Amino acid sequence: MGQKITIEPVTRVEGHGKVTIHLNNEGIIEQTRLHIVEFRGFERFAQGRPYWEMPVLVQRLCGICPVSHHLAAAKAMDVIVGAGTGEGLTPTGEKMRRLMHYGQIFQSHALHFFHLASPDLLFGIDSDPLKRNIINVAIKHRDLAVQGVMMRKYGQEVIKATAGKKIHGTGAIPGGINKHLTEDERDFLLHGDDYMNIDKMIAWAQDAVDFFKEFHKKNKAAIDDFAEFPSSYLSLVRKDGALDLYHGVLRAVDTEGKKILHDIDYQEYYRYINEEVKSWSYMKFPYLKEIGKKAGWYSVGPLARMNTVDFIDTPMAQKEFELFKQYNGGKPSNKPMHSHWARLIEILHSAEKIQQLLNDPDLMEGELVTRGTKQFEGVGLIEAPRGTLFHHFKIGENDMITMANLIVSTTHNNQPMNEAVNQVAVRVMTGKKEITEGMMNAVEVAIRAYDPCLSCATHALGQMPLEFEVYDADNNLIERKLKN
Amino acid sequence: MTSDKPKILIYGYGNPGRQDDGLGVMLAEELEKWSLENGLTHIHVDSNYQLNLEDAAEIANYNVVIFADASKEDIPHFSFEPLTPSEKVEFTMHAVSPAFILHLCRQVFNCEPEAYLLHIRGHEWEFMDSITDFARDNLNGACEYVKKFILDHSKPIVRNTCSN
Repeated sequence: MGQKITIEPVTRVEGHGKVTIHLNNEGIIEQTRLHIVEFRGFERFAQGRPYWEMPVLVQRLCGICPVSHHLAAAKAMDVIVGAGTGEGLTPTGEKMRRLMHYGQIFQSHALHFFHLASPDLLFGIDSDPLKRNIINVAIKHRDLAVQGVMMRKYGQEVIKATAGKKIHGTGAIPGGINKHLTEDERDFLLHGDDYMNIDKMIAWAQDAVDFFKEFHKKNKAAIDDFAEFPSSYLSLVRKDGALDLYHGVLRAVDTEGKKILHDIDYQEYYRYINEEVKSWSYMKFPYLKEIGKKAGWYSVGPLARMNTVDFIDTPMAQKEFELFKQYNGGKPSNKPMHSHWARLIEILHSAEKIQQLLNDPDLMEGELVTRGTKQFEGVGLIEAPRGTLFHHFKIGENDMITMANLIVSTTHNNQPMNEAVNQVAVRVMTGKKEITEGMMNAVEVAIRAYDPCLSCATHALGQMPLEFEVYDADNNLIERKLKN
Repeated sequence: MTSDKPKILIYGYGNPGRQDDGLGVMLAEELEKWSLENGLTHIHVDSNYQLNLEDAAEIANYNVVIFADASKEDIPHFSFEPLTPSEKVEFTMHAVSPAFILHLCRQVFNCEPEAYLLHIRGHEWEFMDSITDFARDNLNGACEYVKKFILDHSKPIVRNTCSN
């Protein structure tokens, strides 16, 4: 009897994911697919709206990473107002945006590591699901939980100081930024009491990297062998090859580290990247045109960035980057669980960058906005916490948006997540008669390594349970498990 | 211990760019205006797209916390209930419940404010700033209810404070 196992997380409005695993009569996995229902209506909604609204309007897309959408749209609008393609802003404009962005990366990565990854690492994938959460981390490792909460809070304070407010921030505007950093804001972020200062954040970020390395040393197999598969990788890099999360050129490398996309100007991304539609998923599958649909897919995100860049321009993160590269023999890491390692190196890098910027006088004085000759098309790219985020807009003579195309990180990672789920499913479910909690969580862990954003723009419509369903060859439901 | 008026936090969460999803945030805004007009300095307001870990640190500074959210459930206008801590987590970090925040506050900061959850019935969730007329009626009713609740809970009494 053949079986189909369905694992279905359901969100409130439009976004949800589902994993289906098809077994044959012998219990061998024949096919695994991750389906994500992604809301695409925003692009049409943007049409007919004035271009200057975009940096605020796009924040409706996501309640977790509104800053990334805010900045990507602002970068596209910089092009529209003739302020250049990422290098034409005033020093104040660019540095304030960078500070906002590093604050976002810092708090988002901290959330992912402490809230999602650390319980799996500390207690194990097979541990009691009721105890595998940050509450239990707080009970068993209180210091770690305090760090997680306070690092999140610090990142939010950076965002508030630069974007202006938590909801629908207005900091980045076409051609620049709308405020300087005040002396009080700078002093609070540099020297705040009760943990809230940048020295403490850097120390905690280093502690988090050390925690992971120590764990890795003792659990090499669990980290290195989990869902490993060959992939290509894509990200922005600075023109000199440094890690740059705010601006740069587009580079992709293959699984051996050979460049397959040669530091191109992202204003012309559409000449190099295409999106394939598949009948079983609402989410598209991007690929590099030159390589083709079948083999041209790639991964984005923290691990991809460690695999594409040549170096990091902050000393502590560079030291950790060198250890990371050394461990992987100078080649790209194809181990999804190394994403956690990469994410922590980026937390450290972001904290160092925040410190540099807070000590830069350009944040507190200088011209805020640049303008030039109006253009009718602009592309804004940014390395969001989850990976490369594309915003592409066209406007008409009356300044209204006529075309919008957004490619979010989770879309880039569509095929890699499918590969990871397949790797795990084959390993833990082949030949098993019953789906256990541990098996379900192993699949979850593989998906979570990519930190997918399943269209989280609203939150009012419930929670996100994980549903497992088993069907026989005749499509009769024979087993169903629901995780809340 | 303190005998001052209790510090009360009204925390509205939701996405005001998604029509009725912004009901919690709108309630927070309306009550902030009301508290300022009436000189109620013990009342504080915060809002965000959704709750997250750092909110455990925020609520630790208050005696009473009212979480306000939109709801698609079939409730009559709104519901207001005491909140019990829960360690139940969701599949991703995109949704953290107020009960989870309360539990985290207890575990990390060793305190637990008196907490309530206000759900206001929403009806439409499109990419629009304005709420529906039905939701407006529900919001008005919820505002009046919470105002009365706050005044009833604003008498100076001896109570434990989290921040201590």
